[in-house]
Amino acid sequence: MTFDRYARRKLLSHIIAVLTGLCVLAVLYPLASIVYEAFVNGGAVLFQVGSLTSVQPPPCSTLSCKTVGIGPAIQGTLIVVGLAAGISVPVGVLAAIFASEYRAWGLGRAISFTADVLTGVPSIIMGAFIYGYFVIYYPQIALSFYTGALALSALMIPIIVRTTEEALHVVPNSVREAAMALGISKWKATLRIVLVASLPGVATGVLLAVMRAAGEAAPLLFTLGYSTLWFQGLDHPGANLPLLIFLGALSGYPNLVKLAWGATLFLLILILIVNVISRFAIHRMQVRMGGV
Amino acid sequence: MDVPTLSTSSSRSANAPPNPSLRSKPVHRWPDLLFFGIVAAIGLSILGLAMAIVAILVYGSRYSFQAFGLSFLWGMVWSPTATPEIFGVVPFVVGTLVTSAIALLIALPLALGSAIFLTTNAPRWLRGPAGTAVELLAAIPSVIYGLWGLFIVHPYMATTVEPALKQYLGFTGLFSGTPLGIDVFTASVVLAIMIVPTICAISRDTLAAVPQSQKEAALSLGATDWETTRVAMIPYARSGIIGATILGLGRAMGETMAVTMLIGNIDKVPTSLLSGGQTIASLIATELLNNNGPLQESAVLEAGLILLVIALLVNVVARLLVWRVLSVGGGGAVE
Repeated sequence: MTFDRYARRKLLSHIIAVLTGLCVLAVLYPLASIVYEAFVNGGAVLFQVGSLTSVQPPPCSTLSCKTVGIGPAIQGTLIVVGLAAGISVPVGVLAAIFASEYRAWGLGRAISFTADVLTGVPSIIMGAFIYGYFVIYYPQIALSFYTGALALSALMIPIIVRTTEEALHVVPNSVREAAMALGISKWKATLRIVLVASLPGVATGVLLAVMRAAGEAAPLLFTLGYSTLWFQGLDHPGANLPLLIFLGALSGYPNLVKLAWGATLFLLILILIVNVISRFAIHRMQVRMGGV
Repeated sequence: MDVPTLSTSSSRSANAPPNPSLRSKPVHRWPDLLFFGIVAAIGLSILGLAMAIVAILVYGSRYSFQAFGLSFLWGMVWSPTATPEIFGVVPFVVGTLVTSAIALLIALPLALGSAIFLTTNAPRWLRGPAGTAVELLAAIPSVIYGLWGLFIVHPYMATTVEPALKQYLGFTGLFSGTPLGIDVFTASVVLAIMIVPTICAISRDTLAAVPQSQKEAALSLGATDWETTRVAMIPYARSGIIGATILGLGRAMGETMAVTMLIGNIDKVPTSLLSGGQTIASLIATELLNNNGPLQESAVLEAGLILLVIALLVNVVARLLVWRVLSVGGGGAVE
């Protein structure tokens, strides 16, 4: 009798284990499908001569259409994300230093909480707010690399603040005390010792933020604008990979849809590489901190 | 280089009147103050950023606020072509809430099941790779989910899933209309796929933060694996799981590109799950840049303000819950 009951409980436990395992499969199926479809539909587009160096073809719907050219989109993405990183990395890292290294001021918690909440603000709001400001005060550059970079950095700063803060927390206090005991001034100790020790973690956070920005289309719709041309200047609208995917997918022209799949494959490969690198960096950091 | 500065400062302190406290002054006072000033100003600018977002959206929505006042909040009609133009936000609030609720309904069991499997039943060699794959899923841009949804999920929905739902669940009225595949239901399904990794990753972290002693106590009383999970782990991680769920909800409500590509962009309250609709985010994506005049632009920005307020509320609640559980699990656990 008791044995039967135990067997039933055991059975239930096994059933749940199988069910939760199936959950994992269901969750991971879309990942497999997205990667597979990207290779099937985008492989031929991406891996052909000139796909990275030529301009987008004109829309056409016959079978002999050109499907080559995501060059300007890659260039535009690099420029706008580079600019955004140029703004958000110093701001994010210094803000994190204030939040984590000057705890006595009591504002640290408020700042990390604000940054945490800001990471949850929808990305489209970041675009809308930059657009809302520039369209009133500087309408001539409302659609340009400047506003695109600002919108992306509003998105990236909170992420960089949070990850940098966490990386700074990993540095043991004994390191700070050792620096203090040697009479090294606080700014020098913070920048040259604490920050350097946490560099792999900081770099990981920056990489994650950069990848997030590189895949973001929503805030760029009305800040970067859209163009199919090579870079025309920072005060002009620019080409961009996620927007190329968005507009290509909705264009209805088979060759632009193919191009969108090619751009998708390019972004996916980039994300995969960056993920591997950041994982390696985290691992190295843990090894190093474990040794301290 | 450090030696002379040290000696000058000590000679200075020798000339100064004796200090009653034993604390010595910092050696490099001015550079430190300057560094502190820079760092503090930039740190405070994070608070400034948050305030600027609110302030600019409030200012941007002033025309709409003057024209409609609070009736914007319960206006059922959004019509830029009517004379005079009339804008009410209800269709989009309904669209946002319905899509995120369905997405949550689908995503929650899958995410929780995966989180439980990855913390309890999964063999060790599988935990790392599977966890990485879940995080990769979170790193895929929204627009790629949109493309995939449009060309892979949408045909399947239109030909297989939605006709079946209409046939078997049509009596509920939820699935009336023509199954086209570009509608509220497809958008919700793809949204669910997108928020699973968020809920799963955080739930897994909070479940993994349950102290070993809790699990061992349950196991020593003869509990099976599932009973241990149910009795010892889930209650301990509960507020973290709730927080993760709310974070997923927040992500679903703000998700733009995939929804914009799949929901059909119809500015009306959806009549069924198989009809087209619009969320606040997809409204902003499709109509902010149309240059249809200052009143419409202002109304779109006001809708954005409402989305921001909802997202902030959701996030503050979720963060407080997650913070509590992770700090309790880290610091308060008896090892």
